[in-house]
Amino acid sequence: MNLFSQSAMRHACLWVLLGSGLALGTAHAQTAGSAQAAAKYRQECAACHIAYPPGMMPAASWQKLMSGLTKHYGADASLDDATVRELSTWLGANAGTYRRVSEEPPQNRITQTAWFLRKHREGEVPADVWKRASVRSASNCMACHAGADKGIFNEDAVRIPK
Amino acid sequence: MQASWQSTLRGVCLASGLSLGLWASAHATTPADQLAAYSAQVGAAANPARGQQFFTSKHGKDWACASCHTAVPTVDGKHASTGKVIGPLAPAFNPERFTDTAKTEKWFRRNCNDVVGRECTAGEKADVLAWLTSLKR
Repeated sequence: MNLFSQSAMRHACLWVLLGSGLALGTAHAQTAGSAQAAAKYRQECAACHIAYPPGMMPAASWQKLMSGLTKHYGADASLDDATVRELSTWLGANAGTYRRVSEEPPQNRITQTAWFLRKHREGEVPADVWKRASVRSASNCMACHAGADKGIFNEDAVRIPK
Repeated sequence: MQASWQSTLRGVCLASGLSLGLWASAHATTPADQLAAYSAQVGAAANPARGQQFFTSKHGKDWACASCHTAVPTVDGKHASTGKVIGPLAPAFNPERFTDTAKTEKWFRRNCNDVVGRECTAGEKADVLAWLTSLKR
């Protein structure tokens, strides 16, 4: 495969992901209810980490994650029942439906999805990068994707820190 | 068309403004009022020194309050697992703190569970809040 077609394919993938909600509803026409839920998602979830785009995991993974918030990757992230319901509904409606996102990752971790592992495989990201103090964890998107908190994961803008 | 859009927009804005107002009035408070409410539940005055001790000590688990908020939370802290910056917790250094009862209760519930393995008592909350409000510029 030549470079041009590889790059074209990457762009095609990007657009499909964007279409499946990766952009966190920025360019989508939304009902008042879903805009409110999107704002609440950001308010609640981005208090501790970036607002991970719902399109990055399938609906089933988000539902499992939302049903276990008292034990959320080592911390209690519990919310009142009404908020859990509202955010679960919104996540379900905006979850990933693209083929590569359809498979449920282990432990409902975005960093364990097939597409994440493929995009960040050894040939793309050297193994030592993940251990750097400036990166620390694969869940720390912002270390290399400066626009991650705005749903921007454009490959051309990736800067891997020392 | 234009007029109906504008009217819809006005309606939505009015409704959201109204609900925001209701939300605020349902939960709005001050650090002093929250401290008074916790102290009233205990029936005794809060003890800032005991609050500081509680805040900076571990309670049988990996984290202390100070692990994320720093030992003297007049400055930014950092989430112990995600690394996300956390604004100062002391109200004199961050006027948003302890101005919403629902938010205060939510974070005490979660963080006490992480730090102590249970919910905090009203006395513990009063002591910590008494210490935090004693930190002045």
